[in-house]
Amino acid sequence: MNRKHKQIIAFTAFRIVGIIVVALLIWILGFIIYNGAGTLSIDFITTSPTDGMTNGGIFPAIVGTLCLIAGSMIFAFPLGVMSAIYTNEYGKGLIVRIIRIMTNNLGGVPSIVFGLFGMSLFVNTLGFGDSILAGSLTLGLLTLPLVIRTTEEALKAVPDSYRSSSLALGATKLQTIRHIVLPAASPNIITGLILSIGRVSGETAPILFTVAAYFLPKLPTSIFDQVMALPYHLYVLATSGTDIEASRPLAYGTALVLIAIVLLMNIVAAIIRRKFEKNLITN
Amino acid sequence: MIEAKNINFYYKDFQALKDISLRIDPKSVTAFIGPSGCGKSTFLRLFNRMNDLINGTRLTGQCLINGRDIYEKAVNVDELRKDVGMVFQKPNPFPKTIFENVAYGLKVNAMGRKDFISQQVEKALVAAALWDEVKDKLHKSAYALSGGQQQRLCIARALAVEPSIILMDEPASALDPISTARIEELINELKNDYTILIVTHNMQQAARISSKTGFFMLGELVEYGDTKQIFNSPTKLQTQNYVNGNFG
Ligand SMILES: Nc1ncnc2c1ncn2[C@@H]1O[C@H](COP(=O)(O)OP(=O)(O)OP(=O)(O)O)[C@@H](O)[C@H]1O
Ligand SMILES: [Mg+2]
Repeated sequence: MNRKHKQIIAFTAFRIVGIIVVALLIWILGFIIYNGAGTLSIDFITTSPTDGMTNGGIFPAIVGTLCLIAGSMIFAFPLGVMSAIYTNEYGKGLIVRIIRIMTNNLGGVPSIVFGLFGMSLFVNTLGFGDSILAGSLTLGLLTLPLVIRTTEEALKAVPDSYRSSSLALGATKLQTIRHIVLPAASPNIITGLILSIGRVSGETAPILFTVAAYFLPKLPTSIFDQVMALPYHLYVLATSGTDIEASRPLAYGTALVLIAIVLLMNIVAAIIRRKFEKNLITN
Repeated sequence: MIEAKNINFYYKDFQALKDISLRIDPKSVTAFIGPSGCGKSTFLRLFNRMNDLINGTRLTGQCLINGRDIYEKAVNVDELRKDVGMVFQKPNPFPKTIFENVAYGLKVNAMGRKDFISQQVEKALVAAALWDEVKDKLHKSAYALSGGQQQRLCIARALAVEPSIILMDEPASALDPISTARIEELINELKNDYTILIVTHNMQQAARISSKTGFFMLGELVEYGDTKQIFNSPTKLQTQNYVNGNFG
């Protein structure tokens, strides 16, 4: 067998695997759309559940999930970006190594552990109770390693020559980071944000003990309120509703909405990313 | 005036510069030549303290600019780098417009307002012999320029903050012969107003543009003197071999 044939076989194998992966993805999506689309309606996304959650909509859960996404990002995004700036631009030696090891390990901790920790610290010790605040902080902690990691990668991808030439012009390190490094890294930082939002919006375990309400038809009025959330609502509908068979279509509808929200967030973030890319004038 | 006194420089425990002492005339071009890895870039980076950015470096000796040791504690490094500009080997504009590239140094150093900045940008581009080529596309990307134009843009960027010294590390080595010739012409112009230290691998270039030349080898300044003398009647055998291309 000559090199050309090997090449053909290898690439055919890659292509087949690629197609299988894409097909699986389409299958999952198609399955959810097929089962959930019938449930979808304006009412479904604008009203509260009724009849022991076998009827009605999921509006409070949508609002809850959006609150948790926003809350966790307000917390995790600045913190993660700042910490990545520190480890990548300022810090050196042992401290940075320790921070890196810690964040990597934190990233590997199962999300239920974050839930327990959040309950212990935010709900009980700090006395926030089951609340948007406690849930957001818990989700924020959960996604922090991801934000740090992706931001660090984004900063690493900025050529050092930008930094040296900025410093060589008499700019301070802070000015260099602010005017040169961050703008150049921002499209990739935004990509990290997208990943984090996807992660946060789908998590159930961390919100279980910190914020999620089983059934709460009224909307939150402050960050100390409990909310329903889509992933937990989905879990309830699928496993412990009052009539699981009857709420099955609602569960698929909920899954579809959850996917749509993540997709929508991705689109918004992609638009923001484009905008940042346009600010970088490289051709 | 620039003066180095008994400079020893170390990367961790590797000594890259060995007891270097020399004086550099103001408003002139001084060239540094020598085989790869002999410490030319290291030496150049002493004067704007860019070596400080590398971990584990150590320096002994004195590095004086206008009589002041730039490694003294009281020295503001950012101010120093404003006064000692640098042009790198590879053209490295920022991912910004041509205008923003040149204006950057002025902005970060808080040097004046909008109209002054525009004025200064034009002046720098004129001085870098680039104005005519870019005046109609100041707000286009710097990366739309050719390599040679980009390098002149980087020179303009350095000139805009009005340094008194410019360090150039093989500024033409990534360029074609015509662009190289333009950069050389430019250096010839600039030497009337600036003190220029240039590292080059191109012997003819050193001979054409500099008034003094230093020859480095293995971290030592083997010979330093008038360019004519270095190239025509070097006193050291090593220098003679190197400038005649018999090195190695
Ligand atoms: N960041 C660094 N860390 C460790 N050693 C370094 C570093 N930079 C340079 N050196 C070493 O110091 C010596 C001098 O390097 P330098 O870059 O000053 O040489 P040069 O004369 O400019 O070479 P070239 O002509 O190839 O640019 C070399 O032996 C090099 O390996
Ligand atoms: Mg060099």
